[in-house]
Amino acid sequence: MKFAVISFPGSNCDWDMYYAINDALGQEADMVRSDETNLDQYDGVLIPGGFSYGDYLRSGAIARFAPAMQAVKKMAEAGKPVLGVCNGFQILVEAGLLPGSLQNNTSMEFISDWAPLKVVNNQTMFTNGYAKDETITIPIAHGEGNYYCDDETLKQLQANHQIVFTYEDNPNGSRNNIAGVTNQAGNVLGMMPHPERAVESILGGTDGLTLFKSILNQVRS
Amino acid sequence: MYLAKIYVTHKPSILDPQGEAVKNALHRLNYTSIESISQGKFFEVNINADSKEAAIKVVESICKDLLVNQNMETYSYEVEEG
Repeated sequence: MKFAVISFPGSNCDWDMYYAINDALGQEADMVRSDETNLDQYDGVLIPGGFSYGDYLRSGAIARFAPAMQAVKKMAEAGKPVLGVCNGFQILVEAGLLPGSLQNNTSMEFISDWAPLKVVNNQTMFTNGYAKDETITIPIAHGEGNYYCDDETLKQLQANHQIVFTYEDNPNGSRNNIAGVTNQAGNVLGMMPHPERAVESILGGTDGLTLFKSILNQVRS
Repeated sequence: MYLAKIYVTHKPSILDPQGEAVKNALHRLNYTSIESISQGKFFEVNINADSKEAAIKVVESICKDLLVNQNMETYSYEVEEG
């Protein structure tokens, strides 16, 4: 599989994502500038964490207008896997590819830690390698990771099984402990925790690698 | 030329942790009469438009396109000839 990692001005987890695919997963990833308009040669796209455009205005609000996001939308519509992590999640909600929004952590502190997550839905292209309700441990590092959606959206998310990961110990105040959600079709996943930082034991854990392997499983089956 | 002053604040139903943090700090300074604080964003925008109505249209449009996340924020504005 060939992935594009979109690098925005201010992205700082782009190389982590690049190495996770090229070194740990053994597949191919290219670093692609956010002003690229054509992603047709890629099988999937990864929107990394960081502080795109300095997080000015709101996290992700300016990045959604980058030329590459039009191509990302096209890939999402085509059913290809689109993964947004941390700032990538914030960009995907601002772009309207995922419901809800991310607001400041209730503690008003930036949190950098390992977070236990529950795999609520293991029937997605991103989670088929996990067991249902399995607890996995993935690093988090964010100041605006508090997921919010209104009552009606929450009902839809629950009814469509779009809530994929929840926090075991809600660190940021997210509604219903939500740590990651997909779109209705299930091919766009946004999550605040960083699976690309948990792909080798030397990093402290490998629970994140299973997510990337799940994408491969899906494509091969 | 018109000057628009745009105020963006959290919807009342949304937790405003920044406002809460500032309120707590003021309480620690003994400003006990402070009941609540909301922290938002303020934009001053100069708009080259033929009429106030045309300027207001631009303001509405930029709020919806970029300045406001309508999931969690709300906005108000004043437009004056500048």
